[in-house]
Order: sequence, then structure tokens, then C-alpha cells
Amino acid sequence: MKKIDITRIQEFSPEEHPIGGHIQDAGNSELYKTGSWKTFMPEIDFSKCIQCLYCFIYCPDSSILVEEGKVVGVDYDHCKGCGICAAECPKDAIEMKEAIEEE
Amino acid sequence: MDKQKVLALTGNQAVAHAMKQINPDVVAAYPITPQTTIMEEFSNYVANGLVDTELVRVESEHSAMSAVIGSAAAGARSMTATSAQGLALMWEELYIASGLRLPIVLVNVNRALSAPINIHCDHSDAMGARDSGWIMIFNENAQEAYDATIMAFKIAENERVFLPVMINFDGFTISHSIDAVSILDDDVVKNFVGDYKAPYNMLETPTTVGAFDSLGGFYYEFKKVQEDALRNSLPVIQEVYDRFAEISGRHYRHLETEFIEDAEIVFVIMGSLTGSVREIVHEARRKGIKAGLLKVRTYRPFPEKEVVEILKNSKAIVVFDRANSPGASYAPLCSDITNALYKERFIKPVVNVIYGLGGRDLELEEIEEALKIGIDASNGKEYPEKIWISIKGKEVD
Repeated sequence: MKKIDITRIQEFSPEEHPIGGHIQDAGNSELYKTGSWKTFMPEIDFSKCIQCLYCFIYCPDSSILVEEGKVVGVDYDHCKGCGICAAECPKDAIEMKEAIEEE
Repeated sequence: MDKQKVLALTGNQAVAHAMKQINPDVVAAYPITPQTTIMEEFSNYVANGLVDTELVRVESEHSAMSAVIGSAAAGARSMTATSAQGLALMWEELYIASGLRLPIVLVNVNRALSAPINIHCDHSDAMGARDSGWIMIFNENAQEAYDATIMAFKIAENERVFLPVMINFDGFTISHSIDAVSILDDDVVKNFVGDYKAPYNMLETPTTVGAFDSLGGFYYEFKKVQEDALRNSLPVIQEVYDRFAEISGRHYRHLETEFIEDAEIVFVIMGSLTGSVREIVHEARRKGIKAGLLKVRTYRPFPEKEVVEILKNSKAIVVFDRANSPGASYAPLCSDITNALYKERFIKPVVNVIYGLGGRDLELEEIEEALKIGIDASNGKEYPEKIWISIKGKEVD
């Protein structure tokens, strides 16, 4: 059973797909970008942020980027724009803005 | 070739015996007439420690097929058996089994679909699953059902195939009638079937099965691959038939024929009633009528090129269907026959005989009547395109 380059799956010819679609590369969902689904995108105002990490805890898609214990931004390749982070933020530091199609 | 034991077995007992010799890793099934006695017998083998099978007693056929999909995806050799409404309840999983390319073997003891409720044989259950992407093999008697069950995993697990296989034989006529069945030695079957090493194994490698095609990005390509795999399985199936002949002396083919070389009227049929049609073909030959017989064994993939080769010189074709396709031009088998002929530009009279629904007997007199219609059609006279040959209360000439 062959391993597959999941980042190219949308372009595969029929023969390139593994038999039955069995994916052998564990943990490759990170390579499958789903961020294009979103209509609204969160934007963090770091002047209001108190680093409580609520957004990191509540995010259902692990899309709040944290480095050395601090929120540093949003992984827009996987954030689907659900708005939970903005709703849970106790300091209203996250605003949902209309997502603009990246060309 | 080793000497074989001849045992008096019902079709279901013969299949249960084959299952014992195969010793599958997992069997999940739910009782339904006329399949039930297969699992009754097989669960005895499990209880008596004659097999190593994990027998999953599920609460429905929906769960039975789901369970074997799970076990097959994990790399276990997996089987189930059902009939009629049970197969219908498996419907959504049938497509999942073939889409995930899992080499599951399903024994389907053919029975009519309700309503009205009827437990007897016809092929409407299997025909409902016709487009689910499974390999489908139809058997005439208990011997064929036993042999096909042994061959099924060799076809399903072939690396050029990886598709589920449905073994069909007629409810009651075959499943519950005792017949002399030549049984292979346990070791011969064990060696023939061999060990199964799945190309993927959930227990060894974390695997994602049935991943979501989020925005229609590759479903289309998948279905093309699946179609190719089913078509390409045709030569593999014949290779397995050939290899089975070496151990059993019984050589199967996709299509079996009699008196076909100079036949003007050809009867096409599959399943247990082939015997009655064969009888009338022999009788016709004794009278000098050029009748011939084509029995379809491998139904999916449909061996269309071979079918055309056999039928192209005939003057008229009479196709016996034990299922209907309401509102369509012809019933399923007849549609396949006419499609195959049309593709190769052979246009000739075809009579579609609907018979045996809900276990209705096909009388020899009715087959003779079909022969007369076939003779008329071959002589350029008018003929019915579709006839319900056993209908009650019809006018007698």
C-alpha cells in the first residue's frame, strides 16, 4: 500500500489514489488545508489580549497558534471561522472580520 | 488430485462446510430465511471449536455488514450471509464495502423481496444490489455453491481485484434440498485459500479508512478506479476457476453453453431453474430443433464480449429473468444481454421471459411454450418482447 502526498490529493489522477482510499500516513490531516471554508476570520487585537489562553482551549480546530505559552496568532490554513474564540474571549480582543478570498 | 468424499448435504450445509474449511477470521450475521441454516450450522462449528472464527452475533443485517466492513478494514478475512430483506437492509453498506475495496465474501441465498411477504426464491434481492460494485456469481446447485464459496476469497483478495464477492444460489430449491456434494479434503481447501495478508493493517499501522472528500475533489476519480477494478477482475475470476479445476476436477467458466455451435434459438438463464431449461433444450434437439443453452455464472462483471461471441450467430434469443425491473424495457439479465449485443451492432429478436417470482415453479410446459415463441421469433413471425409465462387465468388456445 503506497504512501500518498496528501497536499496534492485534489489533483490526483485515478491511478494515484491508494486502493479504497486507505490513508497510511498517520497524522497527515495537518497537510490537508481546510481554511478556505471560512466566511469570517478572527483577528486578535494584542493590545487588549491578556494571554488567558481561553481561545486556545476552546478552538475546535487547534488553530490558535501558541509559542512559549503565549498566543501569537491564528492558523488561517485550518481555521474555519466558527467564531467560538471571539465569543469566549473575556476581553473582546478577537473580532470576526469578513474573510477575503486570497488569490 | 485427491479423492473426494461425496456427502448428502443441503446447499446451506454445503456452504457452511466450505466456511468451516476456509476458517475465516470474522463472521457476522443475522438470521433470515432461507439463509438461517448456514449460520446455524456454522455456529455449531464455532461452539465446538472446529474453527477459530470470531462470530459476531449482531442485531441486524445493517450491523452484520458494518461489522465485517470494520474487521475487513482492520485486515481480517471476513464473511457474512443473508437473504432478501436482509440484503436490502445491508444496502448502504454494500456500497461502502466496494468503495473501500474490502475483500468481504457475502453468501446471498436468493429470496423474493416483500411485499407481499414471501420467503421463496427469486433474484430480486441480488438485482437490487446489482449496481453496488460487488462481484456477483450465480450458482445452479449445491456443488456449485460449495465450490464458489471456496473460490470467493481467492478472487476477492487478489491484488488486482480487492473487491467484495457475492455468492448467489436459489433459496429452498438449493438451500434446503439435499444433493450429493463432492467435498474436498480440509487441507486441500486450506492450501488453496491460503493465508491472507491484508495490504493494510490497522493493528500495525494507524490507518484512515473512508476519509471525507470534502468538496467533491476526488470522489469522481475513485468511482472510475472502482469501475476499472471490477472490469479487470474478469480474467482474475477465470484464473481462479482454472486453478480450482486443478484441485477439484470441476472446471468453471463465466458462461456455460450447450449445443451452441449451430443453435438458432438460444435460451439464456442463471440459477437453479437452468436444469429445467436444459431438459427442454435436450428434448428440442431430439426433435431436430436447433435450440441451445447459455447459462450465466459470472454476472458482475458482466462478460459481455463472450456473451456476444456465443449469441451472435443465433436467430432468436429467449432470456429467462427471475426478477423484474418495473417500467424498464427489459428485466435485468435481458437488459445486459441486449446491451451487449447492441454494442457490437447485433440486432435480433429477443424474448424476455419473467419466471419464478416469489418461488413460482417454472413448468416444463411453460418452457416449451417459450421455445415455440422463440421458434416463431426466429422465423420472422410476431413475438412478445416480454412475457409473464406463468401467469394464472390466461386464455388457452
